[in-house]
Amino acid sequence: MNKKKIIIPLLAVLLGFITGAIVMILTGHNPIEAYSALLKGAGLFGDVKRFGDTLLNMTTLILTGLSVAFAFRTGLFNIGAAGQMLMGGFVAVLIGVKFNLPPFIHVTIATITAVLAGAAWGYIPGLLKAKFRIHEVVSTIMMNYIAMWSVYYLVPKYIPGSFSTESKAINTSASLRTEWLTNLFKGSYVNLGLFLALIAVLLIWWILEKTTFGYELKAVGFNLHASQYAGMKVNRNMILSMMISGALAGLAGATYYIGYANNIKIGVLPSQGYDGIAVALLGLNSPFGVALTALLFGFMNAGRLFMQSSTSVPNELVPIIIAIIIFFAATSLMLETWLKKSEKFFKKSEGGK
Amino acid sequence: MEYIIEMINIRKEFPGIVANDNITLQVKPGEIHALLGENGAGKSTLMSVLFGLYQPEAGTIKVRGKEVKITNPNIANDLGIGMVHQHFKLVHNFTVTENIILGMERVKNGKLDIDSAAKRIEELSKRYKLTVNPHAKIEDISVGMQQRVEILKMLYRDAEILIFDEPTAVLTPQEIEELMHIMKNMAAEGKTIIIITHKLKEIKAVADRCTVIRKGKSIATVDVKETSEEKMAELMVGRQVSFKVDKKPANPGKEVLRIENLNVKDNRGIKAVKDVNLAVRSGEILGVAGVDGNGQTELIEAITGLRNIESGKIFINDIEISNLPVRKRSEAGLGHIPEDRHKHGLVLDFSLEDNMILETYYKEPFSSKGILNREKIRSYAEDLIKQFDVRSGQGATTLTRSMSGGNQQKAIIAREVDRSPEVLVVAQPTRGLDVGAIEYIHKRIVQERDKGKTILLFSLELDEVLNLSDRIAVMYEGEIVGIVNASETNENELGLMMAGGGRDSHE
Ligand SMILES: Nc1ncnc2c1ncn2[C@@H]1O[C@H](COP(=O)(O)OP(=O)(O)O)[C@@H](O)[C@H]1O
Ligand SMILES: [Mg+2]
Repeated sequence: MNKKKIIIPLLAVLLGFITGAIVMILTGHNPIEAYSALLKGAGLFGDVKRFGDTLLNMTTLILTGLSVAFAFRTGLFNIGAAGQMLMGGFVAVLIGVKFNLPPFIHVTIATITAVLAGAAWGYIPGLLKAKFRIHEVVSTIMMNYIAMWSVYYLVPKYIPGSFSTESKAINTSASLRTEWLTNLFKGSYVNLGLFLALIAVLLIWWILEKTTFGYELKAVGFNLHASQYAGMKVNRNMILSMMISGALAGLAGATYYIGYANNIKIGVLPSQGYDGIAVALLGLNSPFGVALTALLFGFMNAGRLFMQSSTSVPNELVPIIIAIIIFFAATSLMLETWLKKSEKFFKKSEGGK
Repeated sequence: MEYIIEMINIRKEFPGIVANDNITLQVKPGEIHALLGENGAGKSTLMSVLFGLYQPEAGTIKVRGKEVKITNPNIANDLGIGMVHQHFKLVHNFTVTENIILGMERVKNGKLDIDSAAKRIEELSKRYKLTVNPHAKIEDISVGMQQRVEILKMLYRDAEILIFDEPTAVLTPQEIEELMHIMKNMAAEGKTIIIITHKLKEIKAVADRCTVIRKGKSIATVDVKETSEEKMAELMVGRQVSFKVDKKPANPGKEVLRIENLNVKDNRGIKAVKDVNLAVRSGEILGVAGVDGNGQTELIEAITGLRNIESGKIFINDIEISNLPVRKRSEAGLGHIPEDRHKHGLVLDFSLEDNMILETYYKEPFSSKGILNREKIRSYAEDLIKQFDVRSGQGATTLTRSMSGGNQQKAIIAREVDRSPEVLVVAQPTRGLDVGAIEYIHKRIVQERDKGKTILLFSLELDEVLNLSDRIAVMYEGEIVGIVNASETNENELGLMMAGGGRDSHE
């Protein structure tokens, strides 16, 4: 990836924070105080528990971001990470509640089935696209609602909890949380999902850049006809792409529902599924870019409540800043033009000396 | 005013390449001025500079004697400069009129004033003999018609200087003829025309003067009437070019590719290939001639596995491949230079090296056990690039999309020829290429023949079929209407057969 491309998201982030500062000044707040509170709240000044929460937020966003980015790199637009994540989470919670197994085995099985459930939820739009050329944007959005209402129906029926809006809690043997991590981070819910997410980053990078499998998937994504001409199995690859994308979102579901939470609520789609689109966009659809972006969003989400309580800046400012960053990243063409103009300007003023 | 356009010492760089290196171009009012140069010489770049799409690093532009800065196409428009791009810029689900007025719509009573626009378009099309239906949708009209819409777009904006970037590359011979007439009409009406092309015949037919560009530099400006085609080709390529393919008589061996009673349907489900029988031997080139749309595309796709067949059989060395998937056919010894290089031939968003291994990436030495060997891929690609003289900005890592058409085609030829398949299906190998590249590609195809390979050539260019082939089959309405020896036929006879006229005498 060339250097110019990387400047754009960095610039977008900078502009986002500057705009945020302007908003604060206009509404009579002190941006320096607010931003240092945000950083402090995210544990970047040494509070271990808070930093653990930043990593916790990051974990899920890495996986949903990877899900969207991987699909995108292989020519598919997966809007369905939310649904895939929810189904993964549901299956993991189901297994966590219904079975009683030795700790290590229980959580392993729950996590693997979450991945498989996400893959299955991705398989359907993949198949529809391969067989009938139905556009995945439409079908994945539909699948989100099917997931949401399925969970709405299935949770009260099979794993009802003490409230009617949520499931029973999972057995601790099925949790991704571990004592040593919780202790290390002084009670934060950061969990083994963090390591799974980081491994996923490496794995996806490796698949895309180093393997013939990744080469094929990208070829099919870029040019279906040329891939056919080259003798690739176009339909199979399309389905596999969607399944891998779904699997990543399913894993995100595991880290969230049996890592952070220990049950599942009904009637909501996890917002991280949609945030994944923003993460992938700002991360330029590259696995490492996704990880960095997830870290950024993770700390902003982790620190916002502390910022509100210690400076009276409403925590809603954080989503506003994120939205502005995304806006600048999405209008990268505009930023590029600005960059070019300022480059020219500086070149000229240098030449004048 | 001696010159209406003067571009003086223009320099334009792209990363790794100087596309325009001190080019000077002077155009007189009312003339048809040709811009001649090999693929990648920098012609489109120069015209994009004139049209305000690129900013030059150095040089001055004068329009009607006055120095101007054309920083965007709107300024070019205001100066009366219009351009028809190599790839048309039309909105497909809009009508002709809507496309023409796009960006300068007039509103009457809060509504788009389509009627008066349509009327003006009709006037213009009468005056310049540019027949179009102003209410037809772009997606429903032919490529030649679409080009007329682009021309009308310029005229509608009162352009006086009209730039055409390779306007004939996409046209049928009849459409080319009509376009030449239109251009002459416009010149007679006082318009100035700059036409980019590398077809010498066309320059001879319409242009008054011609500026030759080679590797980014302007070489000469010549008077077309006083300059022979050979001379212009030499200026363009920098050495003498032979228009005749230099080849020994064929030395055919055993039958390798055999097609029996093949029937194939097109996308609409209509039979496009009807009971075709063909046999091609090793060491020979069988050319298939025919007017576009007589079933050639469907036949190519059926042989190469991109389209299912209705009935019939295809053999390579007595192995039936009629229903094998593409990869199995390729492994059985079939190679394919596709007619549409952007659709089938290349993944434009891949680097050049990744395109070089498009069919072989899964084999040693490019990968083993599913892991790509980047070093081997790089050195292989660099080797092919050198051998086939594929020019690009950043060598093996160049994004294929940024390469010129001729070099993209050379990359495909390199890939297919290097695999040295036993049977090579070659479709439109030189479409849109310049004489230098054509000469080179023809030479490589003949070399393959002389190595004893079997070659099935499809081309819409009669010259090419006549020059390259040992035998020629003529396709008309899905049938092979005759097979003749290349040495015993001529353009007239083939032309007659292609129009369906030869059939009776052969039955
Ligand atoms: N946008 C671009 N970015 C990088 N290189 C380019 C770009 N456009 C053209 N080039 C390069 O500049 C050279 C001249 O290209 P072009 O003007 O399109 O040639 P022509 O029209 O004469 O075939 C080629 O080597 C081409 O690869
Ligand atoms: Mg060009």
